[in-house]
Amino acid sequence: MTAPLLSLRGISKSYGQIRANQGIDLDVAPQSIHAILGENGAGKSTLMKLIYGVEQPDVGTVVWDGEPLSVASPAEARRKGIGMVFQHFSLFETLTVVENIQLVVPGRKADLTQRIRTLGRDFGLEVDPLAHVHPLSVGERQRVEIIRCLMTNPKLLILDEPTSVLPPQSVDKLFDTLRRLRDGGVSILFISHKLEEIRAICDRATILRGGRVTGHVDPREYDAHDLARMMIGRDMPEPMPALPQSGGEKRLEIIGLDYQPDDPFAVPLSDISLTVRAGEILGIAGISGNGQSELAALISGEAVLPREQRDRIYMMGKDVGRLDAAARRLLGFAFVPEDRHGRGAVPEMSLVLNSLLTAHPLNLIRHGLVNKTKATAFTNACILQYDVRTPGPEAEAGALSGGNLQKFIVGRETMLSPKLLFVAQPTWGVDIGAASAIRRRLITLRNEGMAILVISEELEELFELCDSIQVLHHGTLSPPLVTQATRPEEIGRYMIGAHTASQTADRKALP
Amino acid sequence: MNAIEFILAGMLAAATPFLLAALGELVVERAGVLNLGVEGLMAFGAVLAFIIVHHGGGHLLGFVAAGLGSAVLSLIFAVIALGFRANQVATGLAIGILGQGLSALFGKTYESLTVKGLRKLALPWLSEIPVVGGLFIQDVVVWLSLAATFAIWAMFAYTKIGLVVRAIGENPKAAHAIGYSVITVRFAAVAFGGTMAGFAGAYAAVVYTPLWADGMIAGRGWIAIALVVFGTWLTGRIFLGACLFGAVSLMGLAAQATGLDVPSQVLASLPYLVTIIVLGVISADRRLLKLNGIASLGEPFER
Repeated sequence: MTAPLLSLRGISKSYGQIRANQGIDLDVAPQSIHAILGENGAGKSTLMKLIYGVEQPDVGTVVWDGEPLSVASPAEARRKGIGMVFQHFSLFETLTVVENIQLVVPGRKADLTQRIRTLGRDFGLEVDPLAHVHPLSVGERQRVEIIRCLMTNPKLLILDEPTSVLPPQSVDKLFDTLRRLRDGGVSILFISHKLEEIRAICDRATILRGGRVTGHVDPREYDAHDLARMMIGRDMPEPMPALPQSGGEKRLEIIGLDYQPDDPFAVPLSDISLTVRAGEILGIAGISGNGQSELAALISGEAVLPREQRDRIYMMGKDVGRLDAAARRLLGFAFVPEDRHGRGAVPEMSLVLNSLLTAHPLNLIRHGLVNKTKATAFTNACILQYDVRTPGPEAEAGALSGGNLQKFIVGRETMLSPKLLFVAQPTWGVDIGAASAIRRRLITLRNEGMAILVISEELEELFELCDSIQVLHHGTLSPPLVTQATRPEEIGRYMIGAHTASQTADRKALP
Repeated sequence: MNAIEFILAGMLAAATPFLLAALGELVVERAGVLNLGVEGLMAFGAVLAFIIVHHGGGHLLGFVAAGLGSAVLSLIFAVIALGFRANQVATGLAIGILGQGLSALFGKTYESLTVKGLRKLALPWLSEIPVVGGLFIQDVVVWLSLAATFAIWAMFAYTKIGLVVRAIGENPKAAHAIGYSVITVRFAAVAFGGTMAGFAGAYAAVVYTPLWADGMIAGRGWIAIALVVFGTWLTGRIFLGACLFGAVSLMGLAAQATGLDVPSQVLASLPYLVTIIVLGVISADRRLLKLNGIASLGEPFER
């Protein structure tokens, strides 16, 4: 083996009590695509921040290109030839593509515009340099980020979960770009928890679990099952089987909803129609930023329809378009928002107080006073039933890990025994164990006759959970697709709008 | 001279204190910082300039001292609000009160004294046009303020430093991640805002009404802050807003001159009433505010 480009020895980093990285060893060869594989919370992001100079390790040494290296800041990392594409993009929405790049790369606007076009051609990263960033799709934004990195001529490119935001077709395109980059002499550190992708593109993989390295392997020599075991330390939990059901009564119905939000950065919705019946899970697929938040706010009641729009949203057979969130909950609606800190729960408050937020109708309040005994009993039941790992009901919600807090919120909402449950991004940033527990629970509730609506970016999750899937793209919703008769590629076509475009073309071709 | 001519001739000079302070606050807010101490910074600059001009130091030295003094005061704000990440609203208010207090203290022995104002410079040809000619007879500070307006507009539209300030105001975390020092840029912005507020105060005290009276800034700092919002953080609109307020504040005088029977208190309160009404109207259009608004405004930055 040739001398490694980057070599880490005994890297450790702690945040207070939490030991995010412990004794990490890692070698990245020149011209290789190297995977860092691990669950959420395994320490992948911390490790990348250390390499990129956002944070400094407590102990350990880094050797870069044969010389010891200590990076004090991202600017220094870039000077040494290390570039990073973040999971949550660090682009400025109110600036144009070329202005974003100008912030990092010296040069005149006209020259940079030309270089962006050339790079786009050479590496399959087409994007309009003069466009503003805010209307760009997630895939285009990622391309801008990658171009921005490439223009500093890096020897090592770090990509943090680059595929989590992309539809399947764009993933193939990204992989093609990455292979071309590797052949052009750039090493790539590819952070992911998606096993099939790593097997498809990476030459080497380093597996992290609980802040430690649990293996260095060639991912092409193992199957996904083996890699999963190394990643989570035990076998993957089996998915819960869904019982066949005949359609029950309509619990949520949206008919031809159009919505023009106040916020110019928000996505207008047009002609949204969907139906969720008792004993059924409907999934909404799509890349985030295609109207998910707007649709979620309209269903939850955080946004109320304008007065002239009536007869658009029905819950339990009642027109709720002008009812607020509390009134909808009284009808038997419950909601788990995508944002755990601040919307699903108040991080600074204890679990008991967080229970009260939505569970107060269960006699937890009498004469306007909190019934502490009952509220604590409710919280304890939730903790027990949903296996929430916490010191106790008085623990602050913000102190729980993402997975445990999500289990708690899902538990709190389902213990209200709603007729209709709406879960946005049920397993975002949740570890595999908790994610599969949440999914099993949702399927159990469906089998018991609850109507469930799920919004998710993870296609695998929707395929595991849902009876049917509708895809949201540019504020319009596809017709429902029965999950069992649909392949992920078809969903993918809807996700990038290819399906509707070809249909329109067909229609135009007719005489 | 009729009322229209009177207002046109005096509008720019009346607008200058608003304009200078608002341009400074614009840069501060574009960088994501909310400094509510403008009123006090202006008052402090005003008293420094007045003392120096009164003792024969000249207008140039007066302006320099006002700019420097207010910049130092604004840096105290920066250290507390940016360095120690204290609440920016509370810190800004406190620094504003401090500035007003210092102004009253230093100005005590100068109460009701006067200094000489600045000579007006007339633009050839233009100043001889009937009715609007008065617009082109202004003192040098007015002409420099117009130049500053143009320079700040060009800075945000065309220069790298303008780009960096906008980027930091929109997303300080991302700006940090790509290697810009958020705190340094914000300190510089606050110091610039302080300097401009000092100039604005100096203009009010030694050029516009060259007479010292405690509390002479009379809310113009607050209107400048409101101007930034109602100009939706755009330089051109802030300039127009400042002109509007300049004109409104002259209307009282114009009305008295024409013998209109309206209590002077009502006329004097016109600028404030207009502020409230215009802010209400602008805020009704949420799209406009969202589109140009500063995403990180007032939030402390932590790495």
